[in-house]
Amino acid sequence: MQSKESKKKIQLSKYMVYIVFVIVFIFFAIILNKKGFVNPTNLLNILRQTAMVSIMAVAGVFVLGAGQIDLTVGSNAAMSAMIASLILQETGSIILAIIACLAFGIGIGCINGLLVTRLRLPAFLATLGMMQAVRGLAMWITNTAAVPISNNTFNQIFGTGFIGPISVLILWTIVFYILGYIVFNKTTFGKHSLATGGNETAARYSGIRVDRIKMYVFMLSGALSAFAGILYAGRMQSGRYSFGDGDEMSVIAAVVLGGASMAGGTGSMIGALVGSILMGMISNALILAGLTSAQQKIVNGLIIIAAVALSNLAQRRKKN
Amino acid sequence: MSQNILELKNINKSFGAAKVLKDVSFELQPAEVHALVGGNGAGKSTLMKIMTGVYTKDSGEIIINGEHKEIHNTNDAKANGIAMIFQEMSLVPTLSIMENIFLGNELKKGAFRDVAAMKKRTREVLEELGLDLNPDTRVSELSVGLTQMVEIAKAVSKDVQILIFDEPSAALSDQETARLFEIIRQLKDKGVSMVYISHRMNEILEICDRVSILRDGQNVITEETANLTMEKIVAYMLGDANSGHQFEWIPRDYDKKGSDVLEVKNLKINEKLDDISFSLKKGEILGFAGLMGSGRTEIMETLFGIRRPEKGEILVGGQKVHSKSPAEAVKNGFGLVPENRRREGLVLIHSVRENAILPVSTRYTKNKIFNDDRRINQVVTDNIQDLGVKTSDMNQEIGLLSGGNQQKIVIAKWLNSDPRILMFDEPTAGVDIGAKGEIIKIIRKYADEGGSVLFASSEIAEMLAICDRIITLFDGKITGEFRREDISTEEELQNAIQRK
Ligand SMILES: Nc1ncnc2c1ncn2[C@@H]1O[C@H](COP(=O)(O)OP(=O)(O)OP(=O)(O)O)[C@@H](O)[C@H]1O
Ligand SMILES: [Mg+2]
Repeated sequence: MQSKESKKKIQLSKYMVYIVFVIVFIFFAIILNKKGFVNPTNLLNILRQTAMVSIMAVAGVFVLGAGQIDLTVGSNAAMSAMIASLILQETGSIILAIIACLAFGIGIGCINGLLVTRLRLPAFLATLGMMQAVRGLAMWITNTAAVPISNNTFNQIFGTGFIGPISVLILWTIVFYILGYIVFNKTTFGKHSLATGGNETAARYSGIRVDRIKMYVFMLSGALSAFAGILYAGRMQSGRYSFGDGDEMSVIAAVVLGGASMAGGTGSMIGALVGSILMGMISNALILAGLTSAQQKIVNGLIIIAAVALSNLAQRRKKN
Repeated sequence: MSQNILELKNINKSFGAAKVLKDVSFELQPAEVHALVGGNGAGKSTLMKIMTGVYTKDSGEIIINGEHKEIHNTNDAKANGIAMIFQEMSLVPTLSIMENIFLGNELKKGAFRDVAAMKKRTREVLEELGLDLNPDTRVSELSVGLTQMVEIAKAVSKDVQILIFDEPSAALSDQETARLFEIIRQLKDKGVSMVYISHRMNEILEICDRVSILRDGQNVITEETANLTMEKIVAYMLGDANSGHQFEWIPRDYDKKGSDVLEVKNLKINEKLDDISFSLKKGEILGFAGLMGSGRTEIMETLFGIRRPEKGEILVGGQKVHSKSPAEAVKNGFGLVPENRRREGLVLIHSVRENAILPVSTRYTKNKIFNDDRRINQVVTDNIQDLGVKTSDMNQEIGLLSGGNQQKIVIAKWLNSDPRILMFDEPTAGVDIGAKGEIIKIIRKYADEGGSVLFASSEIAEMLAICDRIITLFDGKITGEFRREDISTEEELQNAIQRK
């Protein structure tokens, strides 16, 4: 019985990110045609470069959906890359390196979760503090020195390798999005995260263990950012404390662009992927256009504001 | 006939293709109390929101004091002396009573807020309404009923010509409702015109001069209250004549000698609520009757793991339980239809479907992992059918449903959970009279199938229609216990709950 018209409006808001994506893509394709923006190699390059942010955004959808925020993802990735490179240097064991990274990431997520659920800190402040602490740890562990990784197998699997023309980084992204999509849309955990963010009291009154849900989303975020750190390490064939600087903002922007609300309770997995790629595409285009890094930063910031404003407008239209 | 202070002519309003108001006309005379009644989703709130500028009409005319007016936003309404007490409460919970009352038109001394003057005025208004409250109290600390009274205080603190009450009594105790009626009479004497929306027929017959009845977005009749009876109103509302006996008591059968499903022994919740003991049999419906603040909600919340008891025991099926959270209470066999649907009952931005299955979503899975969408859709479709929920489809955002239809989903979600002991705290607040009858039937059926029910409602008639046994509470203490068959009139129970 619902009208076609009102359905269309709702669809519009849901698909805003895709519309923005297409418009921005066409825009760059036209003005950067000569610089090879639409070149398949360049396009694959964009996907490769955004892999880490994309993967962290998988967890970001759960985190924002549950009404939380995780600012530690960037520094988690850096510390994880340090751990991976140091363990590979000492032992050469890839398995051990991965286990240690994930354990570290989940551990940080666990601390974040405890700060939020036990000490009742707001997630923003809890993870802001942890972000600094973990970044400091990554600097301190080698006194800011980079640690090279000479283990070729590791580098191939987690960074530099290709299968056909496709980078392994892209393949990892695909794997995580398939898993993320299924868990988010097809399991009760996804729904319970959204209920927690949508109305925590009502979720609790419905018998949902909201504190446990929050713990899980932070741990998931920790695990995926640690994995992103492994990918940074593989791609750069080293561990460096500065990896992932500012990624927390990119992740939030990507997830919000993808249709999530900062207030919690909404979000879309595919939207987040498109949001991440959109941001990667913009940075790539700005580099091709020959902007200085200072100029890039300015334009990037403005574009994020414009894109989020656009999708907000579409949401507001729906309400009336 | 005196000139109308307000006329609405041929108002139309659609949301998408759903036509909610169809050529509705409505007149309000000076100093009259005009009832607006109709089933859930009939369009009452929407019509009033058009008057107050929350929504804009698609077509039609608004005439105030003989002049054509356009009301585009709430400020236009304010300028015309129209104020509304919303069904969905519109106070800011983190602000104080005073701050809420003056929100948007703070008194100033130069560049600064004139706190002393605002506090003084707030005290006056509260006093006028007979409310003993501190202007500095945060609204979040007030009970639902008091919040509602503050909302009324906020509206009458301004210079209003036309005041609209959208189900003001849904959260009020009888005492508070009586006080509200006094206030309404006072305002009427001052010449204020009022629109009164309610699902409680006795209130309408008591306080209103005329009645307009909406059905499916159309005004079916406007009539002097004196020419109407409850049966007539209900018949106009539902569009058929055979719907009079919603609140008839049907004696029920259950095993009165059986063992107790629930036993509560000497429960102490706080200083006020102490020494609460009672028991509940399988298939029994036990009512808690009492005034607002008598402790009904607190007892249910304690059983549901929201509050921790200081002392005492709770036994389910003979086993001691300590529910430290609602999740554990659910495991222990409890369900609760909470008092405040918007805060505790629903995730407003989510769909009807998500809300209806929230407590049971883990039950409808394939291989214990994946959501079983087919079965879920079936369950929710049945809910919508069984409870007569008015919604475009199950994926509609629940916040857009009318108040009564939202409440039906809160009930549906706990029926789906099928607990051993289901508690209802004011389950029919805002529900229309047809659906009230349906809900009573559903609760009876649930008990007939072996469920046990704890039931609290401010509507005595409803309590008497459904309960097998009634415990009266006064100020946190149990003051009496009655078998239903020993109570013959509403007055008897009414008197019992006023006694210490
Ligand atoms: N913003 C909106 N968007 C879409 N539909 C809406 C919106 N507001 C109301 N409706 C629909 O309009 C219809 C009338 O709603 P309204 O709130 O006016 O009913 P009501 O008569 O006040 O009912 P109740 O007694 O349950 O409060 C309902 O079916 C509701 O779902
Ligand atoms: Mg209404």
